[in-house]
Amino acid sequence: MASAQALQHVLMKYPKELLADWVQLQLSAGTARTDLMREGELREQSREFLTLVAQAAATGDTENVTGTVWAPVREFLAGISRSRALQGFTPTETATFVFSLKQPLFTRLRAEQSRDAEALAASLWEATVLLDKLGLLTAEMYQKNREEVISRQQQELLELSTPVVKLWDSILALPLIGTLDSERTQVVMESLLQKIVETGAAIAIIDITGVPTVDTLVAQHLLKTVAAARLMGADCIISGIRPQIAQTIVHLGVNLSEVTTKATLADAFLIALRRTQARLPGATAS
Amino acid sequence: MDRIPILKLDAFLLVTIQVDMHDRLAMQLQDDLTARIVATRARGVLIDISTLEIVDSFIGRMISNIAAMARVLDAETVVVGMQPAVAITLVELGLSLEGVRTALNVDKGMALLRERVHSESLP
Repeated sequence: MASAQALQHVLMKYPKELLADWVQLQLSAGTARTDLMREGELREQSREFLTLVAQAAATGDTENVTGTVWAPVREFLAGISRSRALQGFTPTETATFVFSLKQPLFTRLRAEQSRDAEALAASLWEATVLLDKLGLLTAEMYQKNREEVISRQQQELLELSTPVVKLWDSILALPLIGTLDSERTQVVMESLLQKIVETGAAIAIIDITGVPTVDTLVAQHLLKTVAAARLMGADCIISGIRPQIAQTIVHLGVNLSEVTTKATLADAFLIALRRTQARLPGATAS
Repeated sequence: MDRIPILKLDAFLLVTIQVDMHDRLAMQLQDDLTARIVATRARGVLIDISTLEIVDSFIGRMISNIAAMARVLDAETVVVGMQPAVAITLVELGLSLEGVRTALNVDKGMALLRERVHSESLP
Protein backbone atom coordinates (compact mmCIF):
# COMPACT_ATOMS: atom_id res chain seq x y z
CA MET A 1 0.00 0.00 0.00
CA ALA A 2 1.50 3.38 -0.99
CA SER A 3 1.91 5.93 1.72
CA ALA A 4 -0.56 8.48 0.33
CA GLN A 5 -3.15 5.78 0.04
CA ALA A 6 -2.55 4.72 3.62
CA LEU A 7 -3.23 8.24 4.83
CA GLN A 8 -6.39 8.54 2.73
CA HIS A 9 -7.45 5.12 3.80
CA VAL A 10 -7.16 5.93 7.49
CA LEU A 11 -8.93 9.27 7.08
CA MET A 12 -11.81 7.67 5.17
CA LYS A 13 -12.11 4.53 7.20
CA TYR A 14 -11.94 5.80 10.77
CA PRO A 15 -13.42 9.32 10.81
CA LYS A 16 -15.46 8.64 13.96
CA GLU A 17 -12.63 6.99 15.87
CA LEU A 18 -10.15 9.68 14.86
CA LEU A 19 -12.54 12.39 15.91
CA ALA A 20 -13.24 10.78 19.26
CA ASP A 21 -9.54 10.25 20.02
CA TRP A 22 -8.62 13.71 18.86
CA VAL A 23 -11.30 15.58 20.82
CA GLN A 24 -10.45 13.51 23.88
CA LEU A 25 -6.79 14.42 23.46
CA GLN A 26 -7.47 18.11 22.99
CA LEU A 27 -9.67 18.23 26.06
CA SER A 28 -7.16 16.43 28.24
CA ALA A 29 -4.14 18.36 26.92
CA GLY A 30 -5.34 21.59 28.47
CA THR A 31 -4.94 23.61 25.31
CA ALA A 32 -8.63 23.40 24.50
CA ARG A 33 -9.43 26.40 26.71
CA THR A 34 -12.90 25.32 27.72
CA ASP A 35 -13.17 28.71 29.43
CA LEU A 36 -13.15 30.40 26.02
CA MET A 37 -14.94 27.80 23.94
CA ARG A 38 -17.56 25.14 24.64
CA GLU A 39 -16.79 21.48 24.14
CA GLY A 40 -19.55 21.13 21.58
CA GLU A 41 -18.07 23.89 19.47
CA LEU A 42 -14.65 22.28 19.61
CA ARG A 43 -16.13 18.93 18.60
CA GLU A 44 -17.95 20.54 15.69
CA GLN A 45 -14.78 22.33 14.48
CA SER A 46 -12.72 19.16 14.79
CA ARG A 47 -15.30 17.15 12.85
CA GLU A 48 -15.48 19.71 10.07
CA PHE A 49 -11.69 19.93 9.82
CA LEU A 50 -11.34 16.15 9.61
CA THR A 51 -14.01 15.93 6.93
CA LEU A 52 -12.39 18.67 4.83
CA VAL A 53 -8.90 17.16 5.18
CA ALA A 54 -10.24 13.73 4.21
CA GLN A 55 -11.93 15.20 1.13
CA ALA A 56 -8.79 17.05 0.08
CA ALA A 57 -6.51 14.09 0.76
CA ALA A 58 -8.81 11.84 -1.26
CA THR A 59 -7.62 13.58 -4.42
CA GLY A 60 -4.14 12.19 -3.66
CA ASP A 61 -2.47 15.58 -3.57
CA THR A 62 -1.04 15.95 -0.09
CA GLU A 63 2.08 17.86 -1.09
CA ASN A 64 0.73 21.14 -2.24
CA VAL A 65 -1.48 22.69 0.47
CA THR A 66 -1.55 26.01 -1.40
CA GLY A 67 -3.31 24.38 -4.34
CA THR A 68 -6.98 24.65 -5.23
CA VAL A 69 -7.75 21.22 -3.78
CA TRP A 70 -6.93 22.49 -0.30
CA ALA A 71 -8.76 25.78 -0.66
CA PRO A 72 -11.74 24.69 1.54
CA VAL A 73 -9.31 23.56 4.26
CA ARG A 74 -7.46 26.86 4.09
CA GLU A 75 -10.69 28.80 4.29
CA PHE A 76 -11.81 26.80 7.27
CA LEU A 77 -8.48 27.33 9.04
CA ALA A 78 -8.65 31.06 8.28
CA GLY A 79 -12.10 31.10 9.85
CA ILE A 80 -11.06 29.36 13.07
CA SER A 81 -7.87 31.35 13.44
CA ARG A 82 -9.89 34.54 13.06
CA SER A 83 -12.47 33.47 15.61
CA ARG A 84 -9.77 32.24 18.01
CA ALA A 85 -7.74 35.42 17.69
CA LEU A 86 -10.87 37.34 18.70
CA GLN A 87 -11.72 34.88 21.48
CA GLY A 88 -8.31 35.40 23.03
CA PHE A 89 -6.50 32.17 22.22
CA THR A 90 -2.70 32.34 22.10
CA PRO A 91 -0.92 31.52 18.82
CA THR A 92 0.36 28.27 20.38
CA GLU A 93 -3.11 27.18 21.40
CA THR A 94 -4.45 27.95 17.95
CA ALA A 95 -1.69 26.07 16.11
CA THR A 96 -1.91 23.17 18.55
CA PHE A 97 -5.45 22.58 17.31
CA VAL A 98 -3.92 21.27 14.08
CA PHE A 99 -0.75 19.72 15.51
CA SER A 100 -2.66 17.71 18.07
CA LEU A 101 -4.22 15.68 15.28
CA LYS A 102 -0.85 14.00 14.80
CA GLN A 103 -1.08 11.66 17.73
CA PRO A 104 -4.42 9.99 16.92
CA LEU A 105 -3.58 9.92 13.24
CA PHE A 106 -0.20 8.29 13.82
CA THR A 107 -1.75 5.74 16.14
CA ARG A 108 -4.19 4.74 13.40
CA LEU A 109 -1.48 4.62 10.74
CA ARG A 110 0.65 2.41 12.93
CA ALA A 111 -2.22 0.03 13.51
CA GLU A 112 -2.89 -0.13 9.77
CA GLN A 113 0.68 -0.71 8.68
CA SER A 114 2.12 -2.59 11.59
CA ARG A 115 3.76 -5.14 9.32
CA ASP A 116 5.56 -2.87 6.91
CA ALA A 117 7.97 -0.58 8.76
CA GLU A 118 9.16 1.17 5.64
CA ALA A 119 5.69 2.05 4.40
CA LEU A 120 4.76 3.16 7.91
CA ALA A 121 7.74 5.52 8.06
CA ALA A 122 6.84 6.97 4.67
CA SER A 123 3.20 7.55 5.53
CA LEU A 124 4.11 9.03 8.93
CA TRP A 125 6.49 11.42 7.24
CA GLU A 126 3.83 12.40 4.76
CA ALA A 127 1.26 13.00 7.46
CA THR A 128 3.79 15.04 9.46
CA VAL A 129 4.65 17.26 6.51
CA LEU A 130 0.99 17.82 5.72
CA LEU A 131 -0.04 18.67 9.29
CA ASP A 132 3.01 20.89 9.80
CA LYS A 133 2.12 22.87 6.73
CA LEU A 134 -1.47 23.24 7.84
CA GLY A 135 -0.38 24.18 11.37
CA LEU A 136 2.01 26.83 10.12
CA LEU A 137 -0.67 28.14 7.83
CA THR A 138 -2.96 28.47 10.82
CA ALA A 139 -0.32 30.33 12.82
CA GLU A 140 0.31 32.64 9.92
CA MET A 141 -3.38 33.41 9.53
CA TYR A 142 -3.71 33.93 13.25
CA GLN A 143 -0.89 36.47 13.06
CA LYS A 144 -2.53 38.22 10.14
CA ASN A 145 -5.82 38.43 11.99
CA ARG A 146 -4.14 39.88 15.05
CA GLU A 147 -2.45 42.49 12.92
CA GLU A 148 -5.79 43.39 11.40
CA VAL A 149 -7.27 43.80 14.88
CA ILE A 150 -4.35 46.03 15.90
CA SER A 151 -4.49 48.22 12.83
CA ARG A 152 -8.24 48.61 13.20
CA GLN A 153 -7.80 49.69 16.80
CA GLN A 154 -5.12 52.16 15.78
CA GLN A 155 -7.48 53.59 13.23
CA GLU A 156 -10.20 53.91 15.83
CA LEU A 157 -7.83 55.63 18.24
CA LEU A 158 -6.80 58.04 15.54
CA GLU A 159 -10.42 58.87 14.87
CA LEU A 160 -10.91 59.39 18.58
CA SER A 161 -8.15 61.98 18.61
CA THR A 162 -8.69 65.65 18.54
CA PRO A 163 -10.94 67.51 16.19
CA VAL A 164 -10.98 71.28 16.49
CA VAL A 165 -14.43 72.55 15.63
CA LYS A 166 -15.29 76.03 14.51
CA LEU A 167 -18.46 77.01 16.34
CA TRP A 168 -18.88 80.58 15.28
CA ASP A 169 -16.98 83.45 13.80
CA SER A 170 -13.73 83.44 15.81
CA ILE A 171 -14.94 80.84 18.31
CA LEU A 172 -13.35 77.39 18.32
CA ALA A 173 -14.32 74.34 20.33
CA LEU A 174 -12.00 71.51 21.27
CA PRO A 175 -13.94 68.53 22.62
CA LEU A 176 -11.45 66.32 24.42
CA ILE A 177 -12.27 62.62 24.73
CA GLY A 178 -10.10 60.17 26.60
CA THR A 179 -7.16 60.53 28.90
CA LEU A 180 -4.74 63.38 28.35
CA ASP A 181 -1.12 62.30 28.48
CA SER A 182 1.90 64.39 27.55
CA GLU A 183 2.08 63.06 24.02
CA ARG A 184 -1.55 63.70 23.34
CA THR A 185 -1.41 67.15 24.92
CA GLN A 186 1.30 68.03 22.44
CA VAL A 187 -0.92 66.97 19.53
CA VAL A 188 -3.92 68.77 21.00
CA MET A 189 -1.90 71.93 21.56
CA GLU A 190 -0.44 71.91 18.08
CA SER A 191 -3.74 71.33 16.31
CA LEU A 192 -5.49 73.96 18.43
CA LEU A 193 -2.82 76.61 17.84
CA GLN A 194 -2.70 75.81 14.14
CA LYS A 195 -6.45 76.19 13.90
CA ILE A 196 -6.28 79.48 15.79
CA VAL A 197 -3.85 80.79 13.18
CA GLU A 198 -6.00 79.50 10.31
CA THR A 199 -9.31 80.83 11.52
CA GLY A 200 -8.14 83.87 13.42
CA ALA A 201 -10.17 82.74 16.40
CA ALA A 202 -10.30 84.91 19.51
CA ILE A 203 -11.77 82.33 21.86
CA ALA A 204 -11.20 78.61 22.21
CA ILE A 205 -13.50 76.46 24.31
CA ILE A 206 -11.85 73.33 25.68
CA ASP A 207 -14.56 70.86 26.59
CA ILE A 208 -13.41 68.13 28.98
CA THR A 209 -16.72 66.27 29.32
CA GLY A 210 -15.07 63.22 27.78
CA VAL A 211 -11.98 63.25 29.97
CA PRO A 212 -12.55 60.48 32.53
CA THR A 213 -10.17 61.67 35.23
CA VAL A 214 -8.37 64.88 35.95
CA ASP A 215 -5.25 64.59 38.07
CA THR A 216 -2.55 67.16 38.63
CA LEU A 217 -0.73 66.10 35.48
CA VAL A 218 -3.80 66.43 33.28
CA ALA A 219 -4.59 69.78 34.90
CA GLN A 220 -1.06 70.93 34.19
CA HIS A 221 -1.41 69.87 30.57
CA LEU A 222 -4.67 71.80 30.32
CA LEU A 223 -3.09 74.91 31.82
CA LYS A 224 -0.18 74.65 29.39
CA THR A 225 -2.58 74.52 26.48
CA VAL A 226 -4.43 77.55 27.84
CA ALA A 227 -1.15 79.44 28.30
CA ALA A 228 0.01 78.64 24.78
CA ALA A 229 -3.30 79.76 23.30
CA ARG A 230 -3.07 82.97 25.31
CA LEU A 231 0.37 83.65 23.89
CA MET A 232 -1.18 83.42 20.44
CA GLY A 233 -3.74 85.98 21.49
CA ALA A 234 -6.71 83.69 22.03
CA ASP A 235 -8.62 83.28 25.28
CA CYS A 236 -9.54 79.84 26.51
CA ILE A 237 -12.62 78.70 28.35
CA ILE A 238 -12.66 75.28 29.96
CA SER A 239 -16.09 73.70 29.99
CA GLY A 240 -17.68 70.36 30.75
CA ILE A 241 -16.34 70.07 34.27
CA ARG A 242 -18.31 67.35 36.03
CA PRO A 243 -19.13 67.65 39.74
CA GLN A 244 -16.65 64.96 40.77
CA ILE A 245 -13.93 66.57 38.72
CA ALA A 246 -14.61 69.96 40.29
CA GLN A 247 -14.18 68.32 43.69
CA THR A 248 -10.99 66.54 42.61
CA ILE A 249 -9.50 69.74 41.25
CA VAL A 250 -10.08 71.55 44.53
CA HIS A 251 -8.81 68.63 46.63
CA LEU A 252 -5.65 68.43 44.54
CA GLY A 253 -5.08 72.13 45.04
CA VAL A 254 -4.97 72.85 41.31
CA ASN A 255 -5.34 76.53 40.63
CA LEU A 256 -7.71 77.14 37.76
CA SER A 257 -8.64 80.63 38.91
CA GLU A 258 -6.91 82.34 36.01
CA VAL A 259 -8.96 80.41 33.48
CA THR A 260 -12.62 80.94 32.80
CA THR A 261 -14.40 77.70 33.63
CA LYS A 262 -17.98 76.75 32.86
CA ALA A 263 -20.02 73.71 33.72
CA THR A 264 -21.40 73.11 30.25
CA LEU A 265 -20.38 73.81 26.69
CA ALA A 266 -23.58 75.80 26.22
CA ASP A 267 -22.63 78.25 28.98
CA ALA A 268 -19.13 78.57 27.58
CA PHE A 269 -20.49 79.23 24.11
CA LEU A 270 -22.82 81.91 25.43
CA ILE A 271 -20.05 83.77 27.20
CA ALA A 272 -17.80 83.41 24.16
CA LEU A 273 -20.48 84.98 21.97
CA ARG A 274 -20.84 87.89 24.37
CA ARG A 275 -17.12 88.47 24.53
CA THR A 276 -16.47 88.40 20.82
CA GLN A 277 -19.36 90.75 20.25
CA ALA A 278 -17.98 93.18 22.77
CA ARG A 279 -14.54 93.00 21.37
CA LEU A 280 -15.15 92.85 17.67
CA PRO A 281 -17.56 95.52 16.50
CA GLY A 282 -19.47 94.20 13.51
CA ALA A 283 -19.81 90.66 14.74
CA THR A 284 -23.46 89.93 15.28
CA ALA A 285 -24.70 87.43 17.78
CA SER A 286 -28.43 87.17 17.80
CA MET B 1 25.51 97.35 13.47
CA ASP B 2 21.94 96.46 12.55
CA ARG B 3 19.07 97.73 14.57
CA ILE B 4 15.45 96.83 14.81
CA PRO B 5 13.43 99.75 13.48
CA ILE B 6 10.78 101.30 15.69
CA LEU B 7 7.87 102.93 13.89
CA LYS B 8 5.52 105.46 15.38
CA LEU B 9 1.82 105.33 14.54
CA ASP B 10 -0.49 107.75 16.37
CA ALA B 11 0.20 107.23 20.03
CA PHE B 12 1.73 103.81 19.53
CA LEU B 13 5.10 102.36 18.67
CA LEU B 14 5.41 99.45 16.27
CA VAL B 15 8.28 97.02 16.44
CA THR B 16 8.61 94.21 13.91
CA ILE B 17 11.18 91.61 14.72
CA GLN B 18 12.22 90.10 11.42
CA VAL B 19 15.76 88.97 12.07
CA ASP B 20 17.05 86.32 14.40
CA MET B 21 17.36 87.91 17.78
CA HIS B 22 20.71 87.76 19.42
CA ASP B 23 21.61 89.12 22.78
CA ARG B 24 23.16 92.43 21.77
CA LEU B 25 20.32 93.19 19.37
CA ALA B 26 17.87 92.58 22.18
CA MET B 27 19.67 94.92 24.56
CA GLN B 28 19.83 97.56 21.82
CA LEU B 29 16.09 97.19 21.27
CA GLN B 30 15.40 97.71 24.96
CA ASP B 31 17.48 100.89 24.98
CA ASP B 32 15.92 102.27 21.81
CA LEU B 33 12.40 101.41 22.76
CA THR B 34 12.46 102.93 26.24
CA ALA B 35 14.03 106.06 24.80
CA ARG B 36 11.35 106.31 22.10
CA ILE B 37 8.53 105.77 24.56
CA VAL B 38 9.76 108.69 26.62
CA ALA B 39 10.44 110.86 23.57
CA THR B 40 7.10 110.26 21.86
CA ARG B 41 4.96 109.82 24.98
CA ALA B 42 3.68 106.64 23.43
CA ARG B 43 0.70 104.94 25.09
CA GLY B 44 1.23 101.52 23.65
CA VAL B 45 3.87 99.28 22.12
CA LEU B 46 3.02 96.64 19.55
CA ILE B 47 5.64 93.95 18.97
CA ASP B 48 5.12 91.81 15.90
CA ILE B 49 6.97 88.51 16.12
CA SER B 50 5.19 86.70 13.31
CA THR B 51 8.44 85.96 11.50
CA LEU B 52 10.23 84.79 14.62
CA GLU B 53 10.62 81.06 14.41
CA ILE B 54 13.11 80.32 17.13
CA VAL B 55 12.94 81.54 20.70
CA ASP B 56 14.97 80.75 23.75
CA SER B 57 14.51 81.70 27.36
CA PHE B 58 16.52 84.86 26.82
CA ILE B 59 14.16 86.18 24.16
CA GLY B 60 11.22 85.23 26.33
CA ARG B 61 12.68 87.16 29.24
CA MET B 62 13.48 90.07 26.98
CA ILE B 63 9.88 90.36 25.83
CA SER B 64 8.70 90.19 29.43
CA ASN B 65 11.23 92.84 30.41
CA ILE B 66 10.24 95.16 27.58
CA ALA B 67 6.63 94.85 28.64
CA ALA B 68 7.53 95.59 32.25
CA MET B 69 9.67 98.61 31.28
CA ALA B 70 6.94 99.96 29.03
CA ARG B 71 4.42 99.56 31.81
CA VAL B 72 6.60 101.62 34.13
CA LEU B 73 6.53 104.31 31.45
CA ASP B 74 2.73 103.95 31.24
CA ALA B 75 2.63 102.24 27.88
CA GLU B 76 0.95 98.93 27.29
CA THR B 77 2.66 96.17 25.34
CA VAL B 78 0.88 93.84 22.96
CA VAL B 79 2.73 90.93 21.39
CA VAL B 80 1.15 89.83 18.13
CA GLY B 81 1.53 87.06 15.59
CA MET B 82 3.25 84.45 17.66
CA GLN B 83 3.81 81.19 15.79
CA PRO B 84 2.29 78.03 17.32
CA ALA B 85 5.72 76.42 17.69
CA VAL B 86 7.02 79.51 19.48
CA ALA B 87 4.04 79.54 21.83
CA ILE B 88 4.56 75.88 22.68
CA THR B 89 8.27 76.43 23.28
CA LEU B 90 7.65 79.34 25.59
CA VAL B 91 5.09 77.39 27.58
CA GLU B 92 7.44 74.42 27.84
CA LEU B 93 10.16 76.79 29.05
CA GLY B 94 7.75 77.95 31.74
CA LEU B 95 7.54 81.47 30.34
CA SER B 96 3.92 82.37 29.88
CA LEU B 97 4.66 86.10 29.59
CA GLU B 98 2.53 87.19 32.51
CA GLY B 99 1.37 90.74 32.18
CA VAL B 100 1.87 90.91 28.44
CA ARG B 101 -1.19 91.28 26.26
CA THR B 102 -1.26 89.12 23.18
CA ALA B 103 -3.20 89.20 19.93
CA LEU B 104 -3.34 87.06 16.86
CA ASN B 105 -2.39 89.70 14.32
CA VAL B 106 -1.55 93.38 14.01
CA ASP B 107 -5.19 94.34 13.38
CA LYS B 108 -6.38 92.81 16.61
CA GLY B 109 -3.37 94.11 18.50
CA MET B 110 -4.07 97.66 17.37
CA ALA B 111 -7.72 97.22 18.29
CA LEU B 112 -6.66 96.25 21.81
CA LEU B 113 -4.38 99.27 22.16
CA ARG B 114 -6.96 101.69 20.77
CA GLU B 115 -9.58 100.28 23.09
CA ARG B 116 -7.34 101.02 26.05
CA VAL B 117 -6.50 104.55 24.96
CA HIS B 118 -10.14 105.19 24.17
CA SER B 119 -11.33 104.01 27.57
CA GLU B 120 -8.73 106.14 29.33
CA SER B 121 -9.52 109.27 27.36
CA LEU B 122 -13.10 109.29 28.63
CA PRO B 123 -13.63 111.85 31.36
